[in-house]
Amino acid sequence: MKSSAIAVSGLRKTHGNKLVLDGIGFEVPAGSVFSMLGPNGAGKTTTVNVLTTLTKADAGTVRIAGHDVATATRQVRKVIGVTGQFAAVDELLTGRENLRLMADLKRVRSGDRLVTRLLERFDLVESADKMAATYSGGMRRKLDLAMTLVGDPQIIFLDEPTTGLDPRSRRTMWQIVRELVAEGTTIFLTTQYLEEADQLADRIAVLDQGHLVAQGTPEELKRQVPGSHVRLRFADLFELDQAARVLTGATRDDQELTLRVPGDGGPRSLRALLDLLDEHLINAEEFSVHTPDLDDVFFALTGQTTTEAIAR
Amino acid sequence: MSTLTTSFGDSAIMMRRNLKHTLRNLVTVFQAVLFPLVMMLMFVYVFGGAFKVQGKYIDYAVPGLLVMAITYGLGPTAAAVNGDMTKGIINRFKAMDVPHGAVLAGHVVSTTLRSLIADAAIIGVGFAMGFRPHASPLQWLAAIGIMLLLAFATSWLTVAMGLGAKTVESAGMATVPLIMLPFLSSAFVPADTMGPGIRQFAQYQPFTPIIETLRGLLTGHPQTGTALTALAWCVGLTIAGYLWAVATFRKRA
Repeated sequence: MKSSAIAVSGLRKTHGNKLVLDGIGFEVPAGSVFSMLGPNGAGKTTTVNVLTTLTKADAGTVRIAGHDVATATRQVRKVIGVTGQFAAVDELLTGRENLRLMADLKRVRSGDRLVTRLLERFDLVESADKMAATYSGGMRRKLDLAMTLVGDPQIIFLDEPTTGLDPRSRRTMWQIVRELVAEGTTIFLTTQYLEEADQLADRIAVLDQGHLVAQGTPEELKRQVPGSHVRLRFADLFELDQAARVLTGATRDDQELTLRVPGDGGPRSLRALLDLLDEHLINAEEFSVHTPDLDDVFFALTGQTTTEAIAR
Repeated sequence: MSTLTTSFGDSAIMMRRNLKHTLRNLVTVFQAVLFPLVMMLMFVYVFGGAFKVQGKYIDYAVPGLLVMAITYGLGPTAAAVNGDMTKGIINRFKAMDVPHGAVLAGHVVSTTLRSLIADAAIIGVGFAMGFRPHASPLQWLAAIGIMLLLAFATSWLTVAMGLGAKTVESAGMATVPLIMLPFLSSAFVPADTMGPGIRQFAQYQPFTPIIETLRGLLTGHPQTGTALTALAWCVGLTIAGYLWAVATFRKRA
């Protein structure tokens, strides 16, 4: 039987008298991407810290590559790589020196060659000999991840790898994650973005205030979420009435003079919708497409929005 | 590879990292090496004429300046240790199974080296300013040994302070008492010229016997009793600093 790369059961953790993780459990097959999705304060970083041996759990078992984090800490540390939420690079060293430091600590033979290869792979050659303090946020994250890859860890933990990055850097990060998976690495990543989990993950677990409220493939999860919809606003009640008669299945809001039309939000269905309005000579004042985001997932799964979850 | 050689190798890697930091950070070099030299110029050329001591003032002041030079370089270390803890890099080392002893030892050894370089500068410039010690080679060796021990002891204390501080800024400030202690000792004026209260403090605080021992060795008249007291203080401070540092580290990381 092929054992799971990560196996967690009954994991509990309290900070002071605040319950951070309330008995969560999940398994991650080797070579797959597992994403933990949740808002700030849900317990994602605590989970990463326990899984990477940085924090001790109060109860439950965690096995990484078959080793128990509590009793076989050293073996666990040998097979993992961790990129924390805040780029843990040495600002007073250059990019090259940061990588060299990792190679030395991991006792990598022919460290120079590895360092050069990583600099090339992460497109950091030009800034290799500049101090990391001068790097942009995206470059720091790339350097951080490159440092994590030294020593070829089997299982990599990425705690919110793209939070605060611009869209281009985010795509680069995604590309790197995909390459790692293609090489057979197991990835555990946390994120606040449904899109990111959707793009990268084989399985997603949704964490809310220390509870796993849902687990499944991206498709399974999205099925539980109200789909995308088109929102139409009209000039007056008369127009709204007319549109509501044509667009059956839409939800109307008389106060706001809006109609909420379910649909996949794709160009084909949008054209059909607009054609239908034209055909009946109905004029919409405003037109907008809404795709489900983390707020929708949370609303659907927990019955409250993320902002409320944070406020509580 | 045995655990011991691994730890030793890791400590050496960490030390190289910290030495690079020192060289990259001009403020650290200024604070640790240049500022004590400026103090020496001030004490010898500006204030020194007003102080009444036996012999030339520079011969009296150099041992005190050597101790002061050691303490001046501590602030940057406390800040650096704290930065390691608060900026996440310690988690990286921890997850890589780098022993915490190696991270701390890297700071201690690089700080000790930096202190000794500052002391070498004081002695070198001191010679140029007319410092004329009468120590035998053996006494020189003993004096260097005392400097090394003191630098080692204060480095451990500083690492502990850096670990305990909440922010990088407060970590730097935490070493100020160590910088002040030489002023309240027999470093620049004999303790018996001080007012009551301060005089007793100056006589019994650790830096006075250490400075007196250095002074005795460098003038060629060491006193065994004072030397033993100095030695006891250095060893005691090292043990205290080490235990404090390890306990604080366990609590924080």
